[in-house]
Parts: sequence; structure tokens; C-alpha cells
Amino acid sequence: MTNAVITTHGLTRKFGEKIAVDGLTLEVQAGEVFGFLGHNGAGKTTTVRLLNGVLAAQSGTAEVLGLSPAKDGPALRRRTGVLTETPSVDERLTARDNLRIYADIYGVPREQIRQHVDDILAMFELSDRANDKVGGYSKGMKQRLALARALIHKPDLLFLDEPTSGLDPVAAKQVRDLIGHLSRDEGHTVFICTHNLTEAQRICDRVGVMEQGKLLAIGTPSELARQLGGRAGLEIEIAPDQVEQARGILHGLALDSTVEHDLLNIPGVDRESTPKVLSTLATAGISIYRAAPAEPSLEDIYFAIHNRGLS
Amino acid sequence: MNWRAIRAIVYKDLLVVTRSRNTMLTFILLPVIFLVILPGGVVLLASNPDAVSEFTTQSSDMEMFFTNMPDSIKGEIEAYTTDNQRAIAIVALYFFAPLFLILPLLLSSMIAADSLAGEKDRKTLEALIYTPTTDAEIYTAKLLSAWIPALVVTLVGFVVYGVVVNATAWPVMGRIFFPNLTWIVLVVWLAPAAAGLGLSASVLVSSRVSTAQEAYQIGGLTVLPVVMLVIGQLAGVVYLSVGFILIIGLVIWLVDLVLLWFGARIFRRGELLARL
Ligand SMILES: Nc1ncnc2c1ncn2[C@@H]1O[C@H](COP(=O)(O)OP(=O)(O)OP(=O)(O)O)[C@@H](O)[C@H]1O
Ligand SMILES: [Mg+2]
Repeated sequence: MTNAVITTHGLTRKFGEKIAVDGLTLEVQAGEVFGFLGHNGAGKTTTVRLLNGVLAAQSGTAEVLGLSPAKDGPALRRRTGVLTETPSVDERLTARDNLRIYADIYGVPREQIRQHVDDILAMFELSDRANDKVGGYSKGMKQRLALARALIHKPDLLFLDEPTSGLDPVAAKQVRDLIGHLSRDEGHTVFICTHNLTEAQRICDRVGVMEQGKLLAIGTPSELARQLGGRAGLEIEIAPDQVEQARGILHGLALDSTVEHDLLNIPGVDRESTPKVLSTLATAGISIYRAAPAEPSLEDIYFAIHNRGLS
Repeated sequence: MNWRAIRAIVYKDLLVVTRSRNTMLTFILLPVIFLVILPGGVVLLASNPDAVSEFTTQSSDMEMFFTNMPDSIKGEIEAYTTDNQRAIAIVALYFFAPLFLILPLLLSSMIAADSLAGEKDRKTLEALIYTPTTDAEIYTAKLLSAWIPALVVTLVGFVVYGVVVNATAWPVMGRIFFPNLTWIVLVVWLAPAAAGLGLSASVLVSSRVSTAQEAYQIGGLTVLPVVMLVIGQLAGVVYLSVGFILIIGLVIWLVDLVLLWFGARIFRRGELLARL
């Protein structure tokens, strides 16, 4: 509580009737990687805009890096870096020009710009293509460039709005590794918006879960996983014509299941009971092609939280 | 005002403009056609005695143009001695003058639409909005990045036009007859105002629509009053005398100020985002 870089109290923003951010109260500490989880329309991007003084809040207070976003917008934005949802790099310019110009806009000392740009191009493995127009880049390269641009002025606080969405697994891992490096080795505080729970678990120190503008839960990924209470379950792929038979057998074991194509999802199964369930099915002549623990999804968290709220 | 950031944004917009083949083509082609080929051809035609005598004896338009002409202009034209000289003076000094209204207006509204609505289109505006600039600074930068190239092209166009008409008319005139005072006032006072009109209207429209296409279309309407002026001149109703240019320039500058003031009031980064 001593070293908060972001503190908000009852932060609220509506668009007409629609409440995009609803009474958000939140604290993010210096040096941590904070994950802001939520589905489309949960209010993640709106929160980033509020925290950077780009949008005005209708009620509530916010303090970011000791400044008020509403009053000290420009001074605050000098110290934050934002990776926007769409890469928003200028495709008609080269990577070098994109970085050089933004360094200038952000007021990086003139004599340092050149070195700075070279360093960051190297760090993001873009040096080879630095003088090519960005229009010809792959999506992953554009995203790396956008990330590089967000860092060009060495911000104290970095906002990343869905940094890996739309990237293939390799490019996504590359971006995740970079984020890890920024936080671990360079000491940046990072605020990441994502709808990918697994990703948040991998890279975040703490996670807040948003739904329809409201913060549902906040804690470390393992705290949240504990709240899930092993609900995640087992997923198996079986012969399509055996689906009904298999469900009957599971029913006999007092297990509910849902079907999606030929994938059978059995939520009630934890790690310990997995072998028993599989062997029962196999003994009954069911062909099992694949079995895997189901990845917990955001729904599971919502479900767990709503259930807890009810009980 | 953070002038360094403003300069960087203007530089970026200009760089984008110069790197875009279509825009550059428009920037070069329009002036070449309207300020080199067309006036050069017409002046050469007016140098031909047969063509001129045929025109002056048969065309009633020309007569109307003369009869309604204010004395100051009539005096200037009559100071030229031959029919050919008079024809060239009328064409070079008056017929093409409105181009120096249309050109800055079109160019500035085109660039302004591209640099605002176009940036929304390409999603690059969002990055700009997170920079440590105030709304007023982004607004100023966007105005300058449309105004500067429009003025540069107009000024260069003026010099080129001057060279072309003086050169093609040399055999008939035997001296440098262009520019006269009207033209200097036109280029220094009226053309920048016209550029201001194009860009302020375009910026106003651009912050309300989300694609450059829409902005071009609505922004294009600002050309209408100028087109009316051109028709008025050809019909012998309006003459671009020095006094008239001073007055109409003042009017346009005032309209510019109102539009710019209004634009500044609605130019809010949150609002721009709302329409992304
Ligand atoms: N400028 C705006 N005008 C009107 N409604 C808006 C505006 N910005 C956001 N909203 C609405 O506010 C809600 C929250 O939007 P926001 O973009 O913050 O969600 P998000 O969590 O970032 O979603 P996504 O994952 O799709 O990016 C949505 O219902 C959205 O429609
Ligand atoms: Mg979003």
C-alpha cells in the first residue's frame, strides 16, 4: 500500500445510458505486472483511457504516478507508455521514422534520439527491417514495433491493451517474453488488458477481473485459481457415434458432461479421479483419442465468483 | 504550447504526404495542368492575331466582359496597345486568377481530411492521443500540417505561372508584364485565407466523421462559393480588382476565424476517440 502507482476510487464512466466503467476501486503497486481481465466490452480500454487522462471520468477519483489524469494529462502521459489495442503504427513510414518521430513528440533529448532508436530496434529485433515501410510488416512485427514505440521515452508505467491478440503462438510468446524482460530486468510497472486467462496466469503478479464495468475479483493468479476450486475438469475426444453411450456411463458415475462436436467436457473431474474415469470409459469399449485437463476460462472464474456470491 | 511536439507532428504529417504517391501526384499534376499547360496554351493562342480578331469580333461574351469592367481595370487593359496584348493581359491577369483561390482551398482541405479523418481510418490517431500533448497542440499541429503545404504549393505555383505567362507572351509583350499589384495581393492575402477556409472546414468535418472519404466529400463543399466567384467573373458580374480582393479576403479570414474557433471548441481527444 506504500508504493501505489495507480489508485482509483469509485471511478465511473458512462456513454449515454451504457456504463463502461462502474465504480472502479483499484490499486496497482510499483514494479508489478497487473493483469486486467475481461471479455469484450468489459471496460478495459475505457479504464486505460481514463487512467491516461484521455477520457474524463464522470465520478470517482484517480491518481496515477502521483498525478491527476483529469488535470495533469500531458505531464502524466509523458511518463506513461501505451500500446493501443490496434497497433496504430504509421504504415506509410519506416519503423525508424515511426520511432524517431514519437521520440521527438515525447521530448526525448535530441542528442539521445538516434542511439535510443537504434537500441530499441535491436532489442525488438527490428534492426534489419528498420528502413522498410511498416505496411509490409507481419502482424507480429507491427506489434513489436508498437511496443517499441510505447517504450521509446522510457515510461515509468506501461499500459498494454491486449498485446498478444491476433498473434500466432510464436509471435505471442515473443511478445510475452519481452513483457517479462521489461518487468523483471528493467523494472517497469505494467498494466495489461487481456481476455486470455492463461496468459494472465503466466505473466501477471496480480490480476483483476472485470465484468460489465465492475471489478469482480482481484488477487494473485493462484488465489484466483483457488477460488475456482478445481472446477476446471477434463476434456476428452471420442468417436462421435459413442458420445451418447459415454455420457450414459458418466451419468452412472454421477458426472455431468457437455458436448461440443466430438469433444466431451466433464467439469466435475479433478486430477486424482482422472485415471478412474478414463479406465471406466475404456473398459466399456469407448474409443478415446485424446484426453486433457480443460483450461480454466474466464467463465469459470465468473461462475466461481457468482456462486461464491450466492452462497 | 509544446512547440517541439507540434513540430514533430507536422513533420510526421508532411512526411506521410510526401511518401504517398497519390497525394504527390495530385500535388504535381494539378498545378502543372492548370498553371503551366492551360495558361501557356491560352497565351499562345492569344498571341495569334487571327484567333484574337475572330474572337473579339464574334464573341459577345468578350464584350460583356469589357462593358461591365470597372474603370481601374479598363484603364490597365487599355494601356496595352495591340489587340493581342490586350487579349493576353485579360487572360493572364484575370481569367486564371481564381485558380489561386481554388488551388490552396482544395489542397488544404485534402491534406486536412487525410491528416485527421485519415488518421482515424488508419487507427494512428489513437497513438497520437496518448502523447503528452494538449488538445490545442494536436489541433494546431493538424492545422499547420495542412496549411503549410497548401501555401508552399500555391507560392511555387505562382512563380511557375509567372514564368510561364511571361515567357509565352514575350514575343507579343516584349517585357515582363506579370505580376501586377492585384496578383501580389491575391497571393499574399487571399490565397492563405482560402487555404484557411479549406482546412478549417475540413478539420471541423473530420473530427465528426470517421473516414477520410466522408471528410473529402463534405469538405469539398467549401469549393462552391469559390466556383460561384469564378462564374461571376466569367459572366462579367465580379471583377478581381485590388479593392475587391482585399474585401473578400477579409471576409474569408473572418469566416476562417469563426470556423477555427468553433473547431477548437469541439476538438477534444476524448471526442475524437468516441468516433474511432
Ligand atoms: N466512445 C464510446 N462511445 C460509446 N460507447 C463506448 C465508447 N467506448 C466504449 N464504449 C462502450 O463501453 C463498454 C466498454 O468498452 P471497452 O472498449 O472499454 O471494453 P473492453 O473491455 O476494452 O472490450 P474489448 O475487449 O472489446 O476491447 C462497451 O460496451 C463499449 O460499447
Ligand atoms: Mg478494449
